[in-house]
Amino acid sequence: MGKSARELARAARVDIALDRRDGVVLNRLAQGLFALLGLGVMYVLAQAFAESPAIFVQQMLNGLQLGFIYALIALGYTMIYGIVKLINFAHGDVFMVGAFTSFYVISGLDLHRWPAWLWAGLPEGVVILIGTITVILLSMVVSAFLAMAMERFAYRPLRNKPRIAALITAIGVSFFLEYFGALPFVYSNNYITYTRPFEVTVYTAGSISPWAIGGAWGLFLLSLAGYLLLKWRSRQGDLRAQSWIRHPLLQLGLLLGGFFSVVLTLAGVQIETGGEIWDLSASNVTLVIMGSSIILQVILQYVVNRTKLGKAMRAAAYDKDAARLMGINVDRVIAATFALGGGLAGAGGVLYATAFKQVHHLMGIIPGLKAFVAAVVGGIGSIPGALVGSLIMGQTEVLAAGFISTPMRDAIAFSLLIVVLLVWPQGIFGEPPGEKV
Amino acid sequence: MLKRLKNPTGYFILGGLAIFLVVQILLSAGILNNFWRGIIFWGAAITMVTLGLNLIFGFNGQFSLGQYGFYAIGAYGAADVTYRWVHEDPSGVVVVFFGLWLSLLLYALVSVLLRRFYGITVMTKFTAYLLATILAFWVAVKVLLPVLGPVTMTLLGALPEAVSQQIVFFIALLGGAGLAGIVSFIFGIPVLELGSDYFGIATLSFTIIIKVLLDNTDTLLPFPEMKGARGMIGIPQWTTWPWVFGTFMLVVVVMRNLLHSSSGRTILAVREDERAAELVGIDVNWAKILPFVMGSIFAGLAGGIRAHDMAFLHPQSFNFIQSFNPLIIVVFGGLGSMTGTILTGFIWIFLLEGLLRLYLPSGFETWRFVVYPLILLLMMLLRSEGLFGEYELPFLRRSALPLRRKVASEESEEVA
Repeated sequence: MGKSARELARAARVDIALDRRDGVVLNRLAQGLFALLGLGVMYVLAQAFAESPAIFVQQMLNGLQLGFIYALIALGYTMIYGIVKLINFAHGDVFMVGAFTSFYVISGLDLHRWPAWLWAGLPEGVVILIGTITVILLSMVVSAFLAMAMERFAYRPLRNKPRIAALITAIGVSFFLEYFGALPFVYSNNYITYTRPFEVTVYTAGSISPWAIGGAWGLFLLSLAGYLLLKWRSRQGDLRAQSWIRHPLLQLGLLLGGFFSVVLTLAGVQIETGGEIWDLSASNVTLVIMGSSIILQVILQYVVNRTKLGKAMRAAAYDKDAARLMGINVDRVIAATFALGGGLAGAGGVLYATAFKQVHHLMGIIPGLKAFVAAVVGGIGSIPGALVGSLIMGQTEVLAAGFISTPMRDAIAFSLLIVVLLVWPQGIFGEPPGEKV
Repeated sequence: MLKRLKNPTGYFILGGLAIFLVVQILLSAGILNNFWRGIIFWGAAITMVTLGLNLIFGFNGQFSLGQYGFYAIGAYGAADVTYRWVHEDPSGVVVVFFGLWLSLLLYALVSVLLRRFYGITVMTKFTAYLLATILAFWVAVKVLLPVLGPVTMTLLGALPEAVSQQIVFFIALLGGAGLAGIVSFIFGIPVLELGSDYFGIATLSFTIIIKVLLDNTDTLLPFPEMKGARGMIGIPQWTTWPWVFGTFMLVVVVMRNLLHSSSGRTILAVREDERAAELVGIDVNWAKILPFVMGSIFAGLAGGIRAHDMAFLHPQSFNFIQSFNPLIIVVFGGLGSMTGTILTGFIWIFLLEGLLRLYLPSGFETWRFVVYPLILLLMMLLRSEGLFGEYELPFLRRSALPLRRKVASEESEEVA
């Protein structure tokens, strides 16, 4: 009404000034740059593969071993984070204590040969098998008790304090375990050579019997057939098939058969491509690590998905107060979670020490952190995510060390975390973060 | 004059001067030997690092474990500048000084450019600023260095040795702090978007990455004088008590004034409730990046001071395990209490590195790290808000907002 033409013109100018351009072009440019960077890395890896595929695949086999150890630690991280929202920095030290328990039991008590004490004529293979399982189980029990004690005395009193208090306490517990171990009468602060519970044998072409390879493929194909059949039946509306499709035995068959058939075939069959003979090898340590890691994972899946305790754990992770109202003893459930996670970390410690043949009071820090990174990559709070993330982590580390830059392997492994957090904050299997306002 | 000094600021200035003079006299008289001199300087450096962490974590609520990474950047950056200068090479001075100003200039241009677009993602912002930094330092190395290198050499060479040394040291400290600030700015743009725990882990990764890079400075990075994992030697020992005191006071006053300004209030608001702060119209990104960069600058400054006091740098002393130290000091002193941080920082170094090292049997060295986690645990259980809680010295305390009586009365008149 009272607006002059000049005022209208000024308003229009303001509108033009506010009319900012769409930033999509710039975003695409930035994405393109990062894609180029990714392509560069892929190119380096592809070149390495083209140069010598055998070495590349061998590296991947080695990465598998590392990945399965990380998986055992990552499961504890992911479960504990899922239920109490705490980065348990001391988890890596539980892993260290597991390794040391097995060290003392083996080199002090000779426990890995206990069946031979009872029955002298027992075949060597059986003695070692039973002895190794005993050592692993014992370390798991010790670590589980340690984790429970940690929860009871350090974290539980702080449950109603701000979260940062628990985090600082976790750092304190971690320091305590590390430097208590460094005392001269505990472990001392030297690298100690570890006595393996079993001797290392390296399997190459010819030393793996075709029966083992065939058996692994048979197991895999059988469980795959079962899986497909059940899938088809459940499509038809068969309710029983729908519940059996997630049966732990089927998962065990799929995972164990799948990994073992691929590894054994690669190691046991001599292929020749383009004048290069593939002479791959897999040691029995790798196979033991793979096997025990998969078995423990499946047991854990069984506990979490099919038992009352697991149901209580999932409920407590979802909503602690509601779970308490439903009559779940949340404190006991959290203690059980710590025990499970600690037990798995202890087993991981034994396997890690067996693979790398030395123990040290700070050995838990870096594997612990990498396992945490793996848990984040897989999606924190998700159990299959921990396995997948750990395998990715193992491959990243080995390939980075082998083909990109050996001294930078840790830096590249941790950069992976930053990249994943930026591109995919909830991880591969994680649920999108829902924030309560 | 006396009346004007009778307020908290006056007491603060007088107290500061008194401390400065007392320590200076004790140092000149030789009562404090080199060991205790080192302890005091170390305490000041750690306290600066920790004040930075308190700004990031205590006042802004971002759980950071990356403080030692920035400390390392500052230390190595500043040490490299002076090392090169001592070896008749002005490249460090020129590149750092002009690279910093150039990148600040380019940042201003980039921010003006980015403001003309909407829907810019974080990655785009990150890329733009990263490219600007690379361009700035490329220009500084390739274009400015050949031109300005000899000029700087002759200009500074014309001055008396003592003066030029102080100027180079000043530029080195500035450069170390500036490099830490630039890195934290670039790193902070994407990473501060993450939640609190993820941010902590990302900054921990940053510390580990920096340590790995420092281990390989001579093989992977083009800095043979840093000597990688063998440790950098031959850094001139130029840190003196006035420099330590000056930088320390600068950090304290800058942090105090920042916290008392309106930016400081937005920083606190973001700590209290990020969502609510955003709804009130606070630029949350800026309110997170500002304290992060400031805290890193403090750490970088401390790194420069420490490097020129020790005259030796080793990547192992910037291990991420060490980076828990500032966190523990902050928590001991009380999150969000500058006084607590300052006192605890000095007491920490004084006790752990000074008294315990001197007066306890040598076997106790390993026991220290068993005892202090236990104290930490007890502290968390009994007094989780820290020794000092929210207590502040009067000078550092935030005063309540002044009531604007005059405005209020004018308004009421208008209504009437």
